[in-house]
Amino acid sequence: MSEKILMKGNEAIATAAVRCGCDGYFGYPITPQSEILETLVEFNPETTNGMVVLQAESETAAINMLYGGAACGKRVMTSSSSPGISLMTEGISYIAGAELPCIIVNVMRGGPGLGTIQPGQADYFQTVKGGGHGDYRVIALAPASVQEMNDFVELGFELAFKYRNPVMIITDGVIGQMMEKVELSPVRPRLSEAEIAQYYGDWATTGKPPHRNRNVVTSLDLDPCKQEQFNIKLQTKYRTMEQTETRYEAYMCHDAEYLLVAYGLSARVCQKAVELARNAGLKVGLIRPITLFPYPYEAIERMLPQIKGILAVEMSAGQMVEDVSIAVKGKAPIYFHGRTGGMLPSPEDVFKLVEHIACGTFDQAGVAGINKLLIR
Amino acid sequence: MDLSAINNETNKVYGKSKLLFDKVMHFCPGCSHGTIHKLIAETVEELGIQEHTIGVSPVGCAVLAYDYIDIDWQEAAHGRAPALATATKRLLPDKYVFTYQGDGDLASIGTGEIIHACNRGENITVIFVNNAIYGMTGGQMAPTTLDGMKTSTTPAGRSHITSGFPMKIADMLALLPGVAYVTRQSVDTPAAVRKAKKAMIKAFKSQELKRGTSFIEFVATCPSGWKMTPVEANRWMRENMFQTFPPGDIKDLI
Amino acid sequence: MRGSIDVSIDLCKGCAVCIAACPTGVIALSSAVNGKGYNYAAAVNPDKCTGCTNCAIVCPDAVITVYRTKV
Repeated sequence: MSEKILMKGNEAIATAAVRCGCDGYFGYPITPQSEILETLVEFNPETTNGMVVLQAESETAAINMLYGGAACGKRVMTSSSSPGISLMTEGISYIAGAELPCIIVNVMRGGPGLGTIQPGQADYFQTVKGGGHGDYRVIALAPASVQEMNDFVELGFELAFKYRNPVMIITDGVIGQMMEKVELSPVRPRLSEAEIAQYYGDWATTGKPPHRNRNVVTSLDLDPCKQEQFNIKLQTKYRTMEQTETRYEAYMCHDAEYLLVAYGLSARVCQKAVELARNAGLKVGLIRPITLFPYPYEAIERMLPQIKGILAVEMSAGQMVEDVSIAVKGKAPIYFHGRTGGMLPSPEDVFKLVEHIACGTFDQAGVAGINKLLIR
Repeated sequence: MDLSAINNETNKVYGKSKLLFDKVMHFCPGCSHGTIHKLIAETVEELGIQEHTIGVSPVGCAVLAYDYIDIDWQEAAHGRAPALATATKRLLPDKYVFTYQGDGDLASIGTGEIIHACNRGENITVIFVNNAIYGMTGGQMAPTTLDGMKTSTTPAGRSHITSGFPMKIADMLALLPGVAYVTRQSVDTPAAVRKAKKAMIKAFKSQELKRGTSFIEFVATCPSGWKMTPVEANRWMRENMFQTFPPGDIKDLI
Repeated sequence: MRGSIDVSIDLCKGCAVCIAACPTGVIALSSAVNGKGYNYAAAVNPDKCTGCTNCAIVCPDAVITVYRTKV
């Protein structure tokens, strides 16, 4: 019998971490995600299941604790919000370069700079187009409900270890703070050191037993030929992710003539907008990318023959919409609606914009925010 | 007497540690790093803890420490070794975990990480190699560069008026209650090396006692960066470095 | 006591730290060079060696092995 509990998105992340056998959490407080650390501490994990929960002195230290913990073959996680993630990008690059598994949660807030503590989605580029230095990618999971905040922790660890790659759960202050009913993940025991040695002993630094060579976790190779070969190997891994791990949700798309594309909270807003439009007789559908990397280009591309116009909706000045345009390749007009600074899009505004797109009067919609036509 | 009669395993009184690979170390001739690497290998071998030791190497001249000593290693970002070691020790509390860091790594870019790891009393050993200069990048000023000392970024000599004073990070860390053992050693003479070896064994063994952080500063030479022969560098170190960084125990709660 | 040293010539970098550490003047840099172009350490007065290990202990590259026996 599964348990259903009413909880906040941030609490769901923390609860899922404990239940799915996370070995270590290292984090630094920042609004709007501090409940993750607070919830974990409330579990008193050091005395209950032995999980390590540590408040680091900075995000820089937290991500490097993650690096050390992941190098030991442990399931480790951190969480932060936009400015903190900026501080972590150095470490994320090292972790990706050293091919280590871990989960990094970004409960996004509006930027740039200190910006606002209100929600945002303006870290899309940072998450999926690099962020740190070098050619690396992180798998980015974008939950749109508290249930998915819970589910993506287990999924995140599964993918992180499958590919030995960092996974980011990229969400926003609304999803983090709102309360919904959650079906909790089953409780999994943490792996013992013997099990870790058995599963990950060929790479994890757990102390060198006589029967194997020493393990070295590093992102350094001074030999250009070897470094290039390593980069080619990484790229091959990323292509495999693109082929096998792309996830999205299609809503009312079967007969859609107009397509909304949005993730996270914006997708929930758009789902309501689809309902408003359908009630008004407009055939509107929604593609919700669940993985931001790898991005569901093909899901959008397949829709194009039936589509008269696409509207991407984000809490940013227009970031994910660039991936929409890669999918569309100029074959359909792409419009953009973005709210920034902590302001949220509304179903009414999105519906109104779709109506105007259908009438060819997008620029007369009079909707607040950043509205633009990307490709005619 | 025929020497070949002496040169056999029975009469061997000193040889390379089994934990040191045969690979030639990339360090310049006479560099203290080599001797300190040797001490780590000997310590781990003598304590019989190869299977239970995890090292964290820095960014700087010692970045490739993992190429020379046969234990599991993690290679950290610049200055972040104490953060890696913190998580490693917390998650594997029965292992011996140490960081190996230079003066730029530990006392400049990584001050936050080392101070907080020590303040939490992380039960790790920190090996801090202070040669008062950035060796890897070509001899720039370090936080521990002596007042008046010439480097490529202080060609007229470091001036405390513009660049501050040589940072006595070991003395600073000794103030923290989480730190159990702080000692300053050198490897310029046979006596100094023997003493340093005892300090290193003590520092590693203190992890078993779970008393808190053990910290060994090595006042070291950088003959290339200082533009001296190795023997001159050792003499210069004794005559100049030891005034600011005198060898000896600074704190001992073990 | 009678000592003897064995220098791994190809690994020696000729830093001469061992020469300063030897109390009996056993070691000097050879006039010949090794494969890396260094004048390597050599026991030029082998009869004076007591096997005290000082040279090997200070050697940064662990190239010296020391043997000792009673005579």
